[in-house]
Amino acid sequence: MPTFVRTEKCDGCKGQDKTACMYICPHDLMKLDKDGSETGHAMKAFNQEPEQCWECYSCVKICPQNAIEARHYADVVPLGGSVQPLRGSDSIMWTIKFRNGNMKRFKFPIRTTSEGSIDPYGGKPMPKMADLTVPGVYTKEVMGGYRAGKPEELIRK
Amino acid sequence: MSEATFGNPEIVEEELDILLIGGGMACCGAGYEIMRWAEAVKAETGTELRIKLVDKAAMDRSGAVAQGLSAINTYIGSEQDPADYARMVSNDLMGITRDDLAYDLGRNVDDSVHLFEEWGLPIWKTDADGVRHDGADSIKEGLPLLKDGGKPVRSGKWQIMINGESYKWIVAEAAKKALGLDRVQERVFIVKLVNDKNDPSRIAGAVGFSVRENKIYVYKAKAVLLAAGGCVNLFRPRSVGEGQGRAWYPVWNAGSTYAMAAEAGAEMTMMENRFVPARFKDGYGPVGAWFLLFKAKAVNAYGEDYMTKNKEMLNDYPPYGQAAVPASCLRNHLMLKEMKDGHGPIYMDTVTAMAKLKETLSPKEVKHLEAEAWEDFLDMCIGQCGIWVGENIEPEKKMSELMPTEPYLLGSHSGCCGIWVSGPTDVGAPTAADAEEEGVPAHLPRGWNWGYRSMTTVKGLFTAGDGVGASGHKFSSGSHTEGRLASKAMVKYALDNKDWKVELDTPAAQLAEEIYKPVRNFLEHKDYSTAIDVNPNYIVPKMLQMRLQKIMDEYVAGCSTYYNTNDKMLAVAEEKLEMLKEDAQKMRAKDLHELLRAWENYHRILTAEAHMKHIQFREESRYPGFYYRTDKNFVDEKNWHCFVNSIYDKTTHKWTCFKRKHVDLVDKSKLFKAAAH
Repeated sequence: MPTFVRTEKCDGCKGQDKTACMYICPHDLMKLDKDGSETGHAMKAFNQEPEQCWECYSCVKICPQNAIEARHYADVVPLGGSVQPLRGSDSIMWTIKFRNGNMKRFKFPIRTTSEGSIDPYGGKPMPKMADLTVPGVYTKEVMGGYRAGKPEELIRK
Repeated sequence: MSEATFGNPEIVEEELDILLIGGGMACCGAGYEIMRWAEAVKAETGTELRIKLVDKAAMDRSGAVAQGLSAINTYIGSEQDPADYARMVSNDLMGITRDDLAYDLGRNVDDSVHLFEEWGLPIWKTDADGVRHDGADSIKEGLPLLKDGGKPVRSGKWQIMINGESYKWIVAEAAKKALGLDRVQERVFIVKLVNDKNDPSRIAGAVGFSVRENKIYVYKAKAVLLAAGGCVNLFRPRSVGEGQGRAWYPVWNAGSTYAMAAEAGAEMTMMENRFVPARFKDGYGPVGAWFLLFKAKAVNAYGEDYMTKNKEMLNDYPPYGQAAVPASCLRNHLMLKEMKDGHGPIYMDTVTAMAKLKETLSPKEVKHLEAEAWEDFLDMCIGQCGIWVGENIEPEKKMSELMPTEPYLLGSHSGCCGIWVSGPTDVGAPTAADAEEEGVPAHLPRGWNWGYRSMTTVKGLFTAGDGVGASGHKFSSGSHTEGRLASKAMVKYALDNKDWKVELDTPAAQLAEEIYKPVRNFLEHKDYSTAIDVNPNYIVPKMLQMRLQKIMDEYVAGCSTYYNTNDKMLAVAEEKLEMLKEDAQKMRAKDLHELLRAWENYHRILTAEAHMKHIQFREESRYPGFYYRTDKNFVDEKNWHCFVNSIYDKTTHKWTCFKRKHVDLVDKSKLFKAAAH
């Protein structure tokens, strides 16, 4: 199910050197056609290798113009359906359209803190170099996740 | 100096103490943990360790969790013991796993999960009345965090449900903040490790190239963490058109971890193992929540539950078939029987499951349940929704087909291939003094630990996640944890070796030429023919990949032979793979994107060769349902209850396989007593 870019909506991320979709695609599929020599559409992005698309929707979700959609893969899926997200800062909305015209809408939370707010070491201890040889991670004492286990379970110890 | 061009790239050299290769869950865990220890080192000694993470993609959406996940599959909880976890891992992988690695992961993994929740990952909770709330709602309701005793929604003994669309985004934010952006290099694909000039058994660095600029990167480092995922698309996939990108595991996992480690001389383990997940057909949507949360059954075309109908077949594989939960491969084995007998298609009976659940639920709860079913796909496998909308499938009205996929190689999910690593020292693992290791090449370490947690048999080379073999079932949370455990040992290693002067065994200019060979092949020969893709002097990476997939599918137990192979077929594959490996030297790259594909496919070929050699060496069928050697179609506990390990010689291009003795560190008989009731 490769993604595709809507010609009328894509603005090539306003002439920046790289587009949001190029930045994010985990498989290096999105490409900006600067002079239109590859697609006939200058300064617009396209999926350069559709048969390598994992349908992860990273490009769809990040596109500031909502210009990217997916056409479910032609060698398998009947035409006419669509699955389209709108990703906000704390939730994602999905609009699902079936081939027969039925529609469904869902909204799910995606994160409970604001983007960029993570303070990775806030309130965490500073380890001592001497503890480098002690088993376990440095937050072992404070995160409540260390499971010591019953000693008798280790039969060779 | 003139500006770098495609034919004349710039060489960028950098000297580091610690290099992290990859940007997935394991390297995010490493990046998070390592900087705190680096701070401690700086505070106590004034030494600033030079650290860098290099990812071929963008960390926000790289690795196996790029798309998101609907569950965290490894959460031990306060009610279970790490030994229970180690037992489960062992049985699911037919008895041959390292208890030391699984146990160590089990006792530490919940720490990472608690961090994820603190960072903002929504985790479902069950309230005092047994009602479940999504991760945002549970906070509004004032339900406690997991860390403070909150009760997760268990979709299985080890799994907990999340709203995980932004799982990777959140974990990457923490890692990037910890590292600082100066220590992160994205869009550089590392393709080769380099050994040390003065000690070939030691790592000295790694080389790669930018997929955005005409630049080659040569890194020197004392310690390297290689965590670049598993291997996908080494077998011909069931969908060969546009749909071939819809692999179950991410299509960008190209075996880089295994191939680079093997070339550097690291001891590999259990490379015969593979995972063939039984998933929703074509979209490869997850089945876990359907089986475990919605209590659906898988049936043949005539409505028969094949796990019940064929349960006697489990007795052919004692004791693994007799556990309360039979190994994943054996569940496939029972399904394949139905398919081969002509009783397909196989279905997940979503209709009956939803109807049953509706009997006891209010209309509001039913609506919630429907949303949960869709979210399961939308969070981690949107492609499956694409199939459903195209085929007008609403799960409460129409069942969906199930199908075993093409094989995958990985060490983090229900698979255990990977690299042999040094384990923890405090859980009773065999040591150099008490290990029996006849037949193990003399230069390799004895016992299961040799100084640094997660270090491979190459000094200074570490791994995590899909890289760590003979364990498995670590999933997202466990991979993060393994990255953390490894990074701590790497800091120790870098300090212990601070006076070692790293020297690459090959000059930077020569390494650059090796990396750019596909570009040279193209530039030199492109005008020989009028069609850019048809030229006797080079091979297009895409065709090389298809040749690999054809060989693996037809001779090394792909889906076209119902996962069957034998000694004769393997011998044919061996010869064909050797020629393919030779022809890999003629790969072409017409641009940087194709250079990326060329090297990914080279990594796939080496990984595939390791897989084939290990299957050939292990004279039994250890994973019925994942593959069968029809000439040795049995599990042979007497001769093969052992690890199969190997080393690769990059100068002679030859593999050497050998056995290592398996030892239990926890009592496995407990698994089977429960099943007797």
